[in-house]
Amino acid sequence: MWKRGLVGAAVLSLVAASAYASFFIAPTERTMGLIQRIFYFHAASAWAGMTAFSVCFVANLLYVWRRQPKWDSLGVSAAEVGLAFITIVLITGPIWAKPVWGIYWTWDARLTSTFVLWLLYISYLLLRTLIEEPDRRALLSALFGIFAFLDVPLVFGAIRWWRTQHPAPVIMGGPGSGLEPTMRAVFFFSVFALHALMAFLIVERYGLEKLRMELDIIRREAEAL
Amino acid sequence: MTPPAVCSTSIRFEDIDKRYGGLYALRRVSLEVAAGECIVLAGRNGSGKTTLLRIAAGLVRPSAGKVSFSNVGSDQGGAKRVGFVAHATMVYDDLTAEENLLLFARLLGVAQAMQRVEALLREAGLFDRRDSLVRTFSRGMRQRVAIARALLNAPGILLLDEPATGLDPQGTGWLADTLRRMRVDGCTIVMSLHGESEISALATRAIRLDAGAIVADTRSGADLRSILAFADA
Amino acid sequence: MSLFANTTVLLGKELRTEFRSRELLTTTIVFILIVLVLFSFTFDPLSDEARRFGAGLLWLAFLFAASLMLQPCFLREQPNDTLSALRLSVSDPFAIFLAKLAANTLFLLLTELLLLPIFAVMYNVRVLPALHWIVLVFFLGSFGVSIAGTALSAISAQARMRELLLPLLLLPLLTPILIASTEVTSALLDHSPYVQWKGVGFLVAFDVVFLTALWLFGEYLLEE
Repeated sequence: MWKRGLVGAAVLSLVAASAYASFFIAPTERTMGLIQRIFYFHAASAWAGMTAFSVCFVANLLYVWRRQPKWDSLGVSAAEVGLAFITIVLITGPIWAKPVWGIYWTWDARLTSTFVLWLLYISYLLLRTLIEEPDRRALLSALFGIFAFLDVPLVFGAIRWWRTQHPAPVIMGGPGSGLEPTMRAVFFFSVFALHALMAFLIVERYGLEKLRMELDIIRREAEAL
Repeated sequence: MTPPAVCSTSIRFEDIDKRYGGLYALRRVSLEVAAGECIVLAGRNGSGKTTLLRIAAGLVRPSAGKVSFSNVGSDQGGAKRVGFVAHATMVYDDLTAEENLLLFARLLGVAQAMQRVEALLREAGLFDRRDSLVRTFSRGMRQRVAIARALLNAPGILLLDEPATGLDPQGTGWLADTLRRMRVDGCTIVMSLHGESEISALATRAIRLDAGAIVADTRSGADLRSILAFADA
Repeated sequence: MSLFANTTVLLGKELRTEFRSRELLTTTIVFILIVLVLFSFTFDPLSDEARRFGAGLLWLAFLFAASLMLQPCFLREQPNDTLSALRLSVSDPFAIFLAKLAANTLFLLLTELLLLPIFAVMYNVRVLPALHWIVLVFFLGSFGVSIAGTALSAISAQARMRELLLPLLLLPLLTPILIASTEVTSALLDHSPYVQWKGVGFLVAFDVVFLTALWLFGEYLLEE
């Protein structure tokens, strides 16, 4: 039990360290100034979110193939954690945009795609609340999760093309903008720290889900008596 | 015209579990049904009869265990042919009786579908109403269509879930005659019934299910009448 | 019976059922008309910007209509458990999906083509010069909408709040279709000299990806 606390403390220190690095170690960016530092959290959260959704996708495939409840638990845990990181992305984007572009939401390609991604996984979670029987819920949400994940590259691609048809302000520099070596180091450290946080949260949520399922089984058996 | 030849198929259930959430609809059910046997499944509502039949039909996937089939006789290498009569009629209200049977006959690949459908409609006493929408039929007539649908491709296995539901005495008589004929042709029949009747008299074996497990089997010496007697105990 | 034969028979059933009552077609057409009229109240319909927005509004209307029209797809098979009868009768469960999505594509395309002249008149857009390309985009877009919609309607039919659930699941998923169809159609209505092939490419990619996914996973969607 205390081991979990230790791991949790370690993960939190990592995140704190990356925050420190973002504010104090990374050099100030020339054009944007202080607000650019939010990039380290914004982009790293996006990566962590996408990794979480990839874990969800694999869990979905495994559930459809093996039908073991643990894959369903992993899927929902990864989806929720991924959604949390994506929400951070959607909040930090506008925080950055306002001082730089003067408006909160510029319909930037990546941010818009992230919003659609957010909607897809919210739907995944909503679908789960609308199916009561556990095996049905697991199978149908896994299948929707698979369809949603397959859609993601198409969504990102289509929105990027749409934006080339109708250009608009880009959040935090397009794909061409480079990172100076120290910045790159801080960025990858943030990515590492947030991935550690992601893994920790998924494991915790998975444990919670397993407890919930056991409770549900006991309750159903009691009702049947 | 001669109906297609019936091929006899045996069924084997090995350690079948079916869970819905934490609840077991079937628990470690193992059963061997020999080719040509005619079995009655008895038991209270919720004892697992419907689940077992639907697993045999391939509509429900068991949580554990497996079902296997093997053809006996002339068509050994061929695919099994299963006919299923369920609680629901499984026919389209918005199509006529003839359109319904023709649809399923064509999907199943029945040879000379039109003639087969006409013959079955005649046997079921529905030939005069063949161009009426099923929506206009009485419950008993819909059940006849449902039974006719199950017979379309001369199945080697006939699974029936309370097939006499809604049938009038004439309909029940037709069902009994049909089952008798199928049994003579070697078809394996598994049916769930409530209590004794003209239909249950056709059975060569009876099995009682309770809470998802087999509790009595005439093959192991239990008495047929007591299995069928609908005791709530 | 082969996949093709089964699909043809089932498609016949879907078409016969619909053309007998025509309820789906008529309600869908009227719904799209209502949406187009309502849209016109939100801006000046005869202005230049209306012509720029026209394609987008048209496709939005199609998508909303589709998310309603596709609901009965599997709900229809529930009353007498006819879905089980189909599962028992076909050799490949994919035939059930193929037939339904072919029927849905046809119905969508029919409503779209019927509404195209009305749209052209209402928003003062000339469609004849690029008609064959417009029909192609309509087809590719409707096909994609049908594939995703048929698959998701099999899911939503088994959940609560299914009337709200299907649009909820379907509309975000169809983002690529909306974008690509709108861009291509818009360019066509603007009498641009070349077709937006990249957009057509996205439509084809969507159709291929989701048709393949449906082929791989369809039978699990039908499980009890």
